Amino acid sequence: MIETEMEKIAGRSSLWADKPSPYCPGCGHGVVHRVVCELIEEYHLADNCVFMAPVGCSILAYTFLKLDVCQSAHGRTPAAATGIKRSRPDTFVLAYQGDGDLASIGTAEIIHAANRGENFTTIFVNNAIYGMTGGQMAPTTLLGQKATTCPSGRDASSGMGYPIRVCELLQSLGGVTYLARTSVHTPANVIKTKQAIKKAFDVQLQRQGFSLVEVLTSCPVNWGMQPVEALDFIDKQMVHQFPLGEYKVGGVCVPQAAKEG
Amino acid sequence: MGEAVLMKGNEAIAEAAIRAGVQSYFGYPITPQNELIAYMSVHMPAKGRTFIQAESELAAINMVYGAAAAGMRSMTSSSSPGMSLKQEGISYLVGAQLPAVIVNIMRGGPGLGNIAPSQADYFQACKGGGHGDYHLVVYAPSSVQEAADLTAKAFDVADRYRNPVLILGDAIIGQMMEPVVLSESTPTPPPKPWAVGGLRNGRKPNLINSLSLEEGVIEEWNWIIKAKYEEIKKKELMVELLQCEDADLILVAYGTTSRICKEVLRKCRAKGLKVGLIRPITLWPFPYKAIAQAAKRTREFLVVEMSLGQMIEDVKLAGLGDAALHFHGRPGGGVPREQDIIEIINHILLEKRAGAITTRGTVVDWKIS
Repeated sequence: MIETEMEKIAGRSSLWADKPSPYCPGCGHGVVHRVVCELIEEYHLADNCVFMAPVGCSILAYTFLKLDVCQSAHGRTPAAATGIKRSRPDTFVLAYQGDGDLASIGTAEIIHAANRGENFTTIFVNNAIYGMTGGQMAPTTLLGQKATTCPSGRDASSGMGYPIRVCELLQSLGGVTYLARTSVHTPANVIKTKQAIKKAFDVQLQRQGFSLVEVLTSCPVNWGMQPVEALDFIDKQMVHQFPLGEYKVGGVCVPQAAKEG
Repeated sequence: MGEAVLMKGNEAIAEAAIRAGVQSYFGYPITPQNELIAYMSVHMPAKGRTFIQAESELAAINMVYGAAAAGMRSMTSSSSPGMSLKQEGISYLVGAQLPAVIVNIMRGGPGLGNIAPSQADYFQACKGGGHGDYHLVVYAPSSVQEAADLTAKAFDVADRYRNPVLILGDAIIGQMMEPVVLSESTPTPPPKPWAVGGLRNGRKPNLINSLSLEEGVIEEWNWIIKAKYEEIKKKELMVELLQCEDADLILVAYGTTSRICKEVLRKCRAKGLKVGLIRPITLWPFPYKAIAQAAKRTREFLVVEMSLGQMIEDVKLAGLGDAALHFHGRPGGGVPREQDIIEIINHILLEKRAGAITTRGTVVDWKIS
């Protein structure tokens, strides 16, 4: 057996406690957390940062993130984040919300925080399902997609509504400075996600208003798919409904044609 | 001492809060508390403090949650229908052990009701209101001066116990103008090493949270909160006793109705009727012992409320022994009239009739128990 000196070229973020991830196999939260943690480290923000945990799977972030964490009521994350950021403008405030939290029960709070131009950054993780409660229909569930509360698939003609496009919805609001939708279903897209979140961080650090990055992620367990299949579902189905790209940069809307997908 | 100024209750509460060092205020318009949010919109930004007109009461109370989590003295105010919306956030404040001051200037209900004075939110204020096992410290001012004084005290008590404190007024307390002397003392909020945000400088990360899925943790948190409540019961109880020593009948009333009852007491005493008054100033903790003590000698108790009868349940719980309990209440924005209360007292003391309630001025027999 040959022993060689190994050089460490990649590893877990130092902000991540030495604990196993609480997330299911194939879940996208871990990748998004990692990207966020890397940026917090790169910008040296960890010593003056509050991570806002929502109600949903990522509520468990407090169990392993080595950051100040504030967890608030379901959907109220933007209101609580407003309270913290207005109180401590020099603290970096990162609101992390899922689709049920942000686009269903907390629709009023996100729209008004965005409209006021609150100077915090929201990471909106859209996996088109309620994960923690066991796979119910989300506001972003695709038409035809099955969930425990729409076992035959989401059907708009039966009064279940349409998948809500959050970036498009927030685009018109005056307080919004940066908006982008990305995905983490391929390494290239993970890199683009990091680039978008970096721009959102810059907006907050330069005190330029509200920034939000929507990240499409997979939920293989509740979608009833294998992890690889789930990534394919993002590629083939989700990006159709939720086109990737930047929606607002520097407070200016990006024309539809410039987007991918 | 400063000079007395003429102020509306709503404005006096706002100014008292500013002087008590409130750093952030979040509100939503609702009558009859609108002067409070309007006052804050001028005076908070002028002092470099945070004022936000939130999109809803839900958002306002959760902004309070965030600001309190960041270690700030924070406050919101509303009136009955808006208070129903705030209950979610209040439960979370208790769960996360965050201090905050909340003002409810009660109006007639249920539903949208009206904008007239009411005391019908007693149950909501004193018996929980939101989900889970909890209490707020509840102050019931009966004058503009007391509203200002109790508001200032509320911030200290909230910080001391890391529990929200409620100022429970009504449309009359909020709207009437009275002379008030405001505190000139400098507030001294305690250090809050548990708060999130700000430069950590090597301290370990803090967590503001009311969730744990580990077995036994939430039960343990509840026991910690319970211990605080026992301490609050011992140290924070406030009650006014007026001429109870020789009273044949004791009125029990708080807030605006206690003002009316004081006048009733004065007029009854002038006619030689021995009437006393017990006025709870804290509705939670409730002065059970003071009432039980008084019931050892006084045979008749008359509870007066602007509701169909809510505090009366706590008066019963106090244990009146053989003493009789009577009630007069006006719901939905009705205000008890002195002459009605006096008429009931006459019935009880002079005609020896059983419990009476007046509705729209008509006295009817109504046995409480």
